[in-house]
Amino acid sequence: MAIYMDHAATTPMLPAAINAYSRQMAEIGNASSLHAQGRAVRKAVEESRELIARAAGCDATEIIFTGSGTEANNLAIKGFYWSNPKKNTIVVSTIEHHAVLDPIQWLEDHENAKVIYAPVDSCGVVNLEALAKIVDENRGQIALIAVMHSNNEVGSLQPISEVVNIAGDIPVHTDAVQSFGKVVFDFAALGVTSATVSAHKLGGPLGVAALILKRGLDITPLLHGGGQERDIRSSTVNAPGIVSFATAVDQTLMNLRDNYFKVSELANQLRNAIKTSIPTAIFNGADSERLPGIVNVTFPGTKSETLLVRLDLAGVSASQGSACSAGVQRPSHVLLAMGICEDDADATIRFSLGSASTQEDINTVAKVIADVVEKAKL
Amino acid sequence: MKIVAAMSGGVDSAVAAARIAEEGHEVIGVHLALSSNPQKYRSGARGCCTIEDSHDARRAADMIGIPFYIWDMAEEFHDSVVENFIEEYANGRTPNPCLRCNEKIKFAAVLERAKGLGFDAVATGHYAQMRETERGRLMYRAVDPGKDQSYVLAVLNEEQLSGALFPLGDTVKDHVRIEAKKRGLYVANKPDSHDICFIPSGNNAGWLRDRLGSESGPIVDEDGTQVGEHQGAYTYTIGQRRGLNLSVPTEGGIPRYVLKIEPKSNTVVVGAREALAISHIEGEKAIWCGPLPELGMAHRGHAQVRAHGTALPCEYRTDGVSIVAELDEPLFGLATGQGLVIYDGDRVVGSATVNATK
Repeated sequence: MAIYMDHAATTPMLPAAINAYSRQMAEIGNASSLHAQGRAVRKAVEESRELIARAAGCDATEIIFTGSGTEANNLAIKGFYWSNPKKNTIVVSTIEHHAVLDPIQWLEDHENAKVIYAPVDSCGVVNLEALAKIVDENRGQIALIAVMHSNNEVGSLQPISEVVNIAGDIPVHTDAVQSFGKVVFDFAALGVTSATVSAHKLGGPLGVAALILKRGLDITPLLHGGGQERDIRSSTVNAPGIVSFATAVDQTLMNLRDNYFKVSELANQLRNAIKTSIPTAIFNGADSERLPGIVNVTFPGTKSETLLVRLDLAGVSASQGSACSAGVQRPSHVLLAMGICEDDADATIRFSLGSASTQEDINTVAKVIADVVEKAKL
Repeated sequence: MKIVAAMSGGVDSAVAAARIAEEGHEVIGVHLALSSNPQKYRSGARGCCTIEDSHDARRAADMIGIPFYIWDMAEEFHDSVVENFIEEYANGRTPNPCLRCNEKIKFAAVLERAKGLGFDAVATGHYAQMRETERGRLMYRAVDPGKDQSYVLAVLNEEQLSGALFPLGDTVKDHVRIEAKKRGLYVANKPDSHDICFIPSGNNAGWLRDRLGSESGPIVDEDGTQVGEHQGAYTYTIGQRRGLNLSVPTEGGIPRYVLKIEPKSNTVVVGAREALAISHIEGEKAIWCGPLPELGMAHRGHAQVRAHGTALPCEYRTDGVSIVAELDEPLFGLATGQGLVIYDGDRVVGSATVNATK
């Protein structure tokens, strides 16, 4: 079986989360029903909500379960924009995931939103001075500021508390999908207005995520129906997904510190192994505060498409960091925003490690990397 | 062998890939992304690089059990095929983009990348046959005359052909569909693709007008008398009869055809069908699919000037870089820019781009 080095795309489900999922699937009842079975399911869902809330530093009522991180981001962005018709400007960093950039782009194309992009430095960290200037110049018009908690391609952590300070009373949304379960994430301490977290990035199942939204705030829903989640998100409550999500959060947060050091150490070994084999390799975002498991590396003079095919054929699964629907690789907008030239951006791949990664995984990559890169030279 | 199977998402390339994988070769499936802004859905028989097609190719590779990748060749395709197509029309010629794509993309850029990855050959679902003979590995027409695609492959030189595999050349199309069904490939009933893949609307004239402008100009008869007006000379094709909208009728209502396109004066010349008759064809940029015919000598063979045209008996000579063919019987309407392909029986000798006719 191929060595899995794409944990930032999705990471294996934890056995305890699989068990929790199966157990809950065997239970009957709609969490919104008043009868005995319904109440039992509701209890399981609410205990899960409270557990996730404790782990994320928020109130249980602040958690709105959704079907995906993309949905949570869409809900926050469109929700804030639509619930504040007097303000038409959205400020967003240039390195967001498409699940944030694209709904904002859609609002610009269809709903007259004005979008201002906040630049990042060469390490992939949002430029606070530039952001402060943008906010000062447009203060009365800004409906929302969106800056991710950590970047999915290069791993750079963003100075969210400072962003919140600059924002003042402007709502701040942070996409914390990559951070939650890997580094300390505390909703209340950060002071953001909303945040997205997702189950499958930390050992939970696909198809369940949450928007954490400050209590008392009501934003315009995307889905109208039974109003199950605080009247902001409708759909029959996905009890097995939520219970399994909570189980994964519980395990992950319990081991956060150990995993952080283990994964950081493996990532360092990987960087050293690559550096030894390919001295010209450039590690992007390496100088910032960062997620432990992401190794984003440029091999000048190669093409990422060829690197990835060669790695795949050599039994190593890595990625470019994001893929479009046709599967065609394009130079990453994140790397370009960091000032990396198109040729280098096109010669870049991402290895991402998780708590399931092993020493052998690193050894395997160390063995094949020189040959792969040599043969991927143009 | 290590083989890259080019998979368009259609039935032919899927069966071709399945066959070579079954023979025990190490095979990967590759779908070429040829448009940087692909259409989402395939519309009827048009196009071959929509997102839907790439999904079909991926599903076929999954069922065959081979790794699958998408290679982005949009830039190469645009530079070598689309630009050439526009440029040729701007010069009053009628190009065949499928020839260019085979010559510059499928059996050049793709083959090169495949070799770079340590692969030996590229296999496609084209209908043509490669046979080992005393004179080397030579290309022949497919057994299914209705599907034979040797014409669009005649732009491949010996080196390119040495890295090319056409697993379907010995099979008729109906049997390929039956085989696809037996193999459980759900693309079995997908319609064949026609037309030009990068003009999904099928409106070639409109597409060219968008890129070359629509400067109107005169349509004249052979005496130079103006008989109508056109909206862009390059949207016409030699031999075209319909859609001319001529204002001056001929005596006796004899239909007129496009005889000539003169891009410099932006003029379209029309006349009677007889004036389209040609029996002398000159082609430039000759490419040989096998051993070079003896230079300067007259050879008997057949000339074909369209993908699904008839092979016309002829005598041809070459100096190595150009080909001159004298047809036994005249043919009607041949535009410069089209491919002239020479056959010796069923064997493909070589090709050239038509640059003069008489």
